[in-house]
Amino acid sequence: MKWRYIGKRLVAAVPVIFGLTVIVFFIMALIPGDPATAILGSYATPENVATLNTQLGLDKPLWQQYFTWLMNLLQGDFGRSYSLNRPVIDEVIERFSATLVLAGTALVICSIMGLLAGIFSAVYQYGAVDKGLTLIVLIGISTPSFWLGLLLILLFGVELRWLPVSGMYEIYGGGGLSDLLRHLILPAATLALVATGVIARLTRGSMLEVLRQDYIRTARAKGVSERSVILKHAFKAALVSVIPVIGIQAGFVLGGAVYVETVFQWPGIGRMLVTAIATRDILLVQGGVLVVAASYVLFNLIADVLQNLIDPRIAS
Amino acid sequence: MNRGINVSSKQNRRVSSFALLIRNRLAIFGLLILSFIVLLCLLAPLLPLPDPDKTDLAIRLQKPFTDGHWLGTDHLGRDIWSRILWGTRVSLAVGITASLFAAVIGSLIGILAGYFGGRTDNLMMRGIDMLMAFPYILLALAIVAVLGPGLMNALYAIAIVNIPFFARNVRGIAVTFTKREFIDAAQLSGKSNLQILLTEVLPNVLPVIVITLSTTIGWMILETAGLSFLGLGAQPPQADLGSMLGEGRKLIITAPHVSTIPGCMIFLIVMSINLLGDGIRDTLDPRLKAGALLRPASRTQTELPDKGSLSGDGSKLLEVRSLRTEFHTGSRILKAVNSVDLQLLPGECLGVVGESGSGKSVTALSLLGLVASPPGKIVGGSVIFDDKDLLRISDGELQTLRGGRISYIFQDPLATLHPLYRVGDQMVEAIRCHRYTSQHSAWDEAVGLLEMVHIPNAPARAKAYPFQLSGGMRQRVSIAMALANDPEIIIADEPTTALDVTVQAEILRLLKELIRGKDVSLIFITHDFGVIGQLCDRVAVMYAGKVVEQGSVGDVLYDPRHPYTRRLIECVPKLGDPGKELVEIPGLPPAIDNLPDGCSFAPRCDLVLEYCRNDEITLETVGSGRKVRCLRVMEAVG
Repeated sequence: MKWRYIGKRLVAAVPVIFGLTVIVFFIMALIPGDPATAILGSYATPENVATLNTQLGLDKPLWQQYFTWLMNLLQGDFGRSYSLNRPVIDEVIERFSATLVLAGTALVICSIMGLLAGIFSAVYQYGAVDKGLTLIVLIGISTPSFWLGLLLILLFGVELRWLPVSGMYEIYGGGGLSDLLRHLILPAATLALVATGVIARLTRGSMLEVLRQDYIRTARAKGVSERSVILKHAFKAALVSVIPVIGIQAGFVLGGAVYVETVFQWPGIGRMLVTAIATRDILLVQGGVLVVAASYVLFNLIADVLQNLIDPRIAS
Repeated sequence: MNRGINVSSKQNRRVSSFALLIRNRLAIFGLLILSFIVLLCLLAPLLPLPDPDKTDLAIRLQKPFTDGHWLGTDHLGRDIWSRILWGTRVSLAVGITASLFAAVIGSLIGILAGYFGGRTDNLMMRGIDMLMAFPYILLALAIVAVLGPGLMNALYAIAIVNIPFFARNVRGIAVTFTKREFIDAAQLSGKSNLQILLTEVLPNVLPVIVITLSTTIGWMILETAGLSFLGLGAQPPQADLGSMLGEGRKLIITAPHVSTIPGCMIFLIVMSINLLGDGIRDTLDPRLKAGALLRPASRTQTELPDKGSLSGDGSKLLEVRSLRTEFHTGSRILKAVNSVDLQLLPGECLGVVGESGSGKSVTALSLLGLVASPPGKIVGGSVIFDDKDLLRISDGELQTLRGGRISYIFQDPLATLHPLYRVGDQMVEAIRCHRYTSQHSAWDEAVGLLEMVHIPNAPARAKAYPFQLSGGMRQRVSIAMALANDPEIIIADEPTTALDVTVQAEILRLLKELIRGKDVSLIFITHDFGVIGQLCDRVAVMYAGKVVEQGSVGDVLYDPRHPYTRRLIECVPKLGDPGKELVEIPGLPPAIDNLPDGCSFAPRCDLVLEYCRNDEITLETVGSGRKVRCLRVMEAVG
């Protein structure tokens, strides 16, 4: 039953990703101006522009262009970035893996911290812990990550000199896991902050609601210890409503990576996109947006499946 | 359901209004900061500020608190304070415009989709879903990529990505209105769709729009600043807070104030808006307010005036003495259990009967401190079991008793069994809470218990989740769970109420069989005298938190003395006597925070006399083991 459900969700994700390609393609097609002119520069002769247009297939109707593009995509051909003069797919994969390291770490941090903070807040409701955490959550969701990143750089990089503040590895003699981790701490923490707040808030509310349920009273009537009531009975039930939100937060973390990568010079896909937009490298933007959006669909799919594993009622 | 649940919602209202006050204090704090900032921005043209764009390289990168530039100057020697105020104007204007833009278009889509439903709805909402399939900021980036960098384009991008939030929330509400009668009535009265949308639907969805606006506007200001920070929003010489931060970023090491000060401003604005937004949301959305629940303690709070006494004659297995349980909801105190005395003899089945709200369930839950607390509170009495007062034993002792020597069977096992654990695992847990045994042997034991309550194919059913079983099966599971540790007392709180009649009969037969075979006493809570007759030895009738009659089932059933008992018995249909007239008791049980003087049943009693309403009436013994709380009975007997 579980496998059938997972299969069903996977199949359902296909049209969504197909829809993404449609949106991405047509959004980019809306871009005013002529890509050929953009590539050749504004001093290109009309003949040159026309030739390039034919070469790129830009003289065909839009839907034909879309299908050619889609067919190429399916073969792993995302086109060629004119600004970098290399295949889009290569650049995107390289950059996206860097983002995945950063966003994945942030997602793990915010899930663990958010859930813990939420449970503690609920258990010690209106106590000092709860009030403190509520304040931190409020600050968390109100802080611009690009500003927080700068503050952390000032504190840990400039004042204390504990941690590196830019890039993924040391330029000279860098590499290896410990080097990566040292570079990862500040950007991952920055990226995790907002999502931590959101998850903590939700977990708290969800726990408080679950603790009022009849089956919690049953657990107590059975003689289950309070610790087990909270961590086992209540937490599992609360998790069912928190997990989809963690899935949604994956989107905010992936998106927020744009700022954090810019602040910490992380060689991820967010920074690539910002540069590509500024240089109007449309194919690169297209490829980048598509890959990030597709991975978001995947994150939500994972959240869905996890939720299903916890709550058997959903699949049936 | 029992009274405790009804009351708890009232309790929440009180506490959340308290929380609301705190929240509102925060909201007011937010409002003050925000008003101050907005005021400064509005007054910026009038204040004696230097020109924000006037460059002077001679005084570049002055630190804060230098003469004439109290926040210092940036890399071009421009006054930061002046630039902050002018930049905030831009940021606020852009953020608010984007929010309104998103609110109008999103709400329009939501209202139309919700109101017309069907195809329109489907088409619009699928489109919205597609937009939401993108990570939020990424979509904004893609839109800026199309439109090109620039402040207005950033505004459009942020507005567009926020449209789905409004569309979804508004549609959710609008869709519930289209099926309401007042919309039908409006249609019949000849109003056009547009008129209905404007006069009937819009006012109803307005709160949702305001809530969504209050929770997204801070976010939108943050995001527009973000785009500017990335260099995709405001382009020089135009400046908003985000672009100031972005420009200053490169100087973070030499002149940190250039970038940190604008960031600080963004933070202040967003935080004050969030504080205000939370306040608005709490005031406007009762659903979320209901979410501000109180955490119930592991044990009902007690506030016992005395130490109680343990003396007893030892013939009783369990003795409840003048138990008082109250629900404290603000200024109101609901006396749900008002000095109840009960005795349970070894091996007997004691029925406790009464209408809902009579306090019978709260009495049962009070015995092991299971009344939700807050709002519940035990304020008097004692519960003597095995020479100990259960109201005064330690938490650890109580936990050992629960499900061990004393166990519960609850009403409606769909709600009372944990939905996410297999029933076998829930039973294993019940076993292993009290005895050290391996998981494996506990599982075997659980399967054996399920067989004992006649669940067919028990090994397979043990692996089922509660939702996969029928109501009767679930009730059997909860009975099996109560039996897991060979209890001396089982407290069954309306175990047959949620079931249909044939299943009810089966469960009763099962309970009878089980207590006959074991050395166990039963306290059986029900509103149904028919059930009492089939199962119990003695019965206590409760009304408005008090026991009004007590005696052996035969005596009470065939010779009821209290008018209320008589009425309850008349409610029971009799099999094979279709001609029997079923009489409903007129009126409702009294509100337990507003009990009449004298007899609580007086307003509904057909034998009531003037002096019934004067004083508290005591429970008097009228024959062997028989007690009644009624003045008219005294006369009749005496």
